[in-house]
Amino acid sequence: MLLSFKGGVHPPHRKKYTEHIPIKRANEPATLYIPLQQHIGAPCKPIVNVGDKVKVGQKIGEPQGFVSAPVHASVSGTVKAIKECPTPGGSSLCVVVENDFANEIHESVSPKGDIGSLSGQEILEIIKEAGIVGMGGATFPTHVKLSPPKDKKIDTVILNGAECEPYLTADHRLMIESPEDVIYGLKAIMKVLNVEKGYIGIEDNKPDAIEVMRKAAQNESNIEIVSLRTKYPQGAEKQLIYACTQREVPSGGLPMEARVVVNNVGTAAEVAKAIKTGMPLIERITTITGSAIANPQNLLIKIGTTFKDIIDQCGGFKEEAGKVIMGGPMMGLTQYTLEVPVTKGASGILCLNKKDATLPEPKNCIRCGKCVDICPAFIQPLYISAHSLKYNFDKAEEYRALDCIECGSCSFICPAKRPLLQSIRVAKREIVAKKRKENK
Amino acid sequence: MDSKLIISSSPHLRSNEDTSTIMRDVVIALLPATLAGIYYFRLGAIVVILSCVIGAVLSEAVMQKIMGKEVTINDWSAVVTGLLLAFNIPASAPWWLGFVGSVFAIVIVKQLFGGIGHNFMNPALAARAMLLASWPVQMTSWVTPGPDAVSTATPLAIIKGAEAVGVAKPGILDLFIGNVAGCVGETSAILLIIGGVYLIYKRVITYIIPTYYIVTVFVLTFLFGGFDMMNSVYHLFAGGLMIGAFYMATDYSSSPVTHKGQIIYAIGCGVITTVIRLWGGYPEGVSYSILLMNVAAPLIDKYTSPRVFGEVAK
Repeated sequence: MLLSFKGGVHPPHRKKYTEHIPIKRANEPATLYIPLQQHIGAPCKPIVNVGDKVKVGQKIGEPQGFVSAPVHASVSGTVKAIKECPTPGGSSLCVVVENDFANEIHESVSPKGDIGSLSGQEILEIIKEAGIVGMGGATFPTHVKLSPPKDKKIDTVILNGAECEPYLTADHRLMIESPEDVIYGLKAIMKVLNVEKGYIGIEDNKPDAIEVMRKAAQNESNIEIVSLRTKYPQGAEKQLIYACTQREVPSGGLPMEARVVVNNVGTAAEVAKAIKTGMPLIERITTITGSAIANPQNLLIKIGTTFKDIIDQCGGFKEEAGKVIMGGPMMGLTQYTLEVPVTKGASGILCLNKKDATLPEPKNCIRCGKCVDICPAFIQPLYISAHSLKYNFDKAEEYRALDCIECGSCSFICPAKRPLLQSIRVAKREIVAKKRKENK
Repeated sequence: MDSKLIISSSPHLRSNEDTSTIMRDVVIALLPATLAGIYYFRLGAIVVILSCVIGAVLSEAVMQKIMGKEVTINDWSAVVTGLLLAFNIPASAPWWLGFVGSVFAIVIVKQLFGGIGHNFMNPALAARAMLLASWPVQMTSWVTPGPDAVSTATPLAIIKGAEAVGVAKPGILDLFIGNVAGCVGETSAILLIIGGVYLIYKRVITYIIPTYYIVTVFVLTFLFGGFDMMNSVYHLFAGGLMIGAFYMATDYSSSPVTHKGQIIYAIGCGVITTVIRLWGGYPEGVSYSILLMNVAAPLIDKYTSPRVFGEVAK
């Protein structure tokens, strides 16, 4: 049976460029720019100095505050500078490391044991120290997600293997090539949360991944591989929870209020690696694809490698690039420079040619109602957008702008090509800013 | 990086469908009925169709030029309005009637209110109401289909018994294929249904409005028309119900956007249509029912906002 949610759209998949290409390790660059903020929450404080030698896996950024995650050196070498550099999300203080290509592993990196012998608390500590964050792109620190308040009972863990964004195939390849890591990570997460039931949700346009994962999980009676209808945004947290459990996360609430915690399959694999090898999160799988790239690939990339290095390794641009996006085409962030580093949340580097990058001009809203029809949050994008464009943010709030999950389905489907999500985002920011002011 | 990269807010993908492909689909859906109208009503139909379409496209272009706006006649929406108006005019009407109606539809009802998407009524229906009020004789001079068109009454007028008493009502099959008196494009129920199904298939419209509208008329004419099944079927295929339900009531700008709202709106159309047909002064009530519900659409939308995902039921 195919599970799904209500609403949603069917963008073209465009995954064929990379879905059958095995993951390859990217060449290491001479210089890496490792941002001290690669997660939602407080940035890290650098704990190395310019001129210091660093080794692979050595902690170089200490989190400040609970909602934060440490940052580690991804190569061995010398700290050249600690300075503000552009990052995919804007800019951040970065530790610039000159690679010595010796690949010296730091002393702290050693196997941590086995989930059978480790306690939940110990596993949580390993995850925290490994700097693991949500690898699907949201980069929320995983240890925070796995530390719900005492009064919130969690009974289900869901791993997100939907990969509903067009073009991206990093999770797909991970599931095919390292299914046991994904299962191991899920079991570790379930142990931390003391949960009996685990799901791994995968869209049915990846039948090979479903098969491989089912095989890997066949001896795990409490882990279920669910095949999801291929529909965007199947991998959106609340929609995925609904598809797997038929539970709705309360409006304005967190998944834990539906007694569920969701993690990406990539995050789970990283948890497995941290336990088995002790290596913190220093590299990730990224899909490099799009109409402008010469050789689309899935690469295992050291955090801090610049987009430019990676794009050059993929044969560069075969035609002039119009847009370079970190992430997928539906929710990804456009980049103004290729000097930005790959971060923990970089699931894709999507390079579109001029034609694909140019969007049609918006026309009058014809009130076709398609945005209302497909909105997975059941809000009415056309009205929120109209109020937002007239700076009428109170009205936009009345129409429940804050319930928007920013999936972009409305902008995708709109026949008048209106910037629906874009204007709803503006309204959300204004509403939140106003609320903050009022609470002061 | 020598050349500049484009920066924009996500999403970076758009569907292939746009306003003009939607409107073109509506024209395609209307083509079979258009050809049937020409087949049944000959030259009269051609004159009406041409004058309406030319009038609509021309006035849209001129009006947009005057208002200093971008001319958008290539989005096909004016063609749709013109064609729909032509479908609502008898084939015996003089050539200028359709032209005047189209100008009214486009200039007054559509452009003065802000152009496509802003008309609060279906422009073609508003124009038809205007024409009917201004030139009642020309707008109700019905002719029989075929080469030797002679004056007659519409099937609905005959069963209403308001006029042309003594004329036998046409058979249901003639009604179904459109071989009866009526406006240019409204007579062939089967071809209008095929076009409507095409629109649903192409996701231009959903099944909601046509289905609820037609079923409401069927049920009400059955309950209040003497529990006569054949009479109710007759009501479905006679007059403008099919064109109204599939093409007019589904006009985007003048119908609600919410699911629940569309159901209420469609049932409202069905109720008013039946009331006018059974007890009103006119034999036909489709156009007025839709116009009345058009005006109610914003209100309906306001009170039928869907339950937001994760909202606790009150």
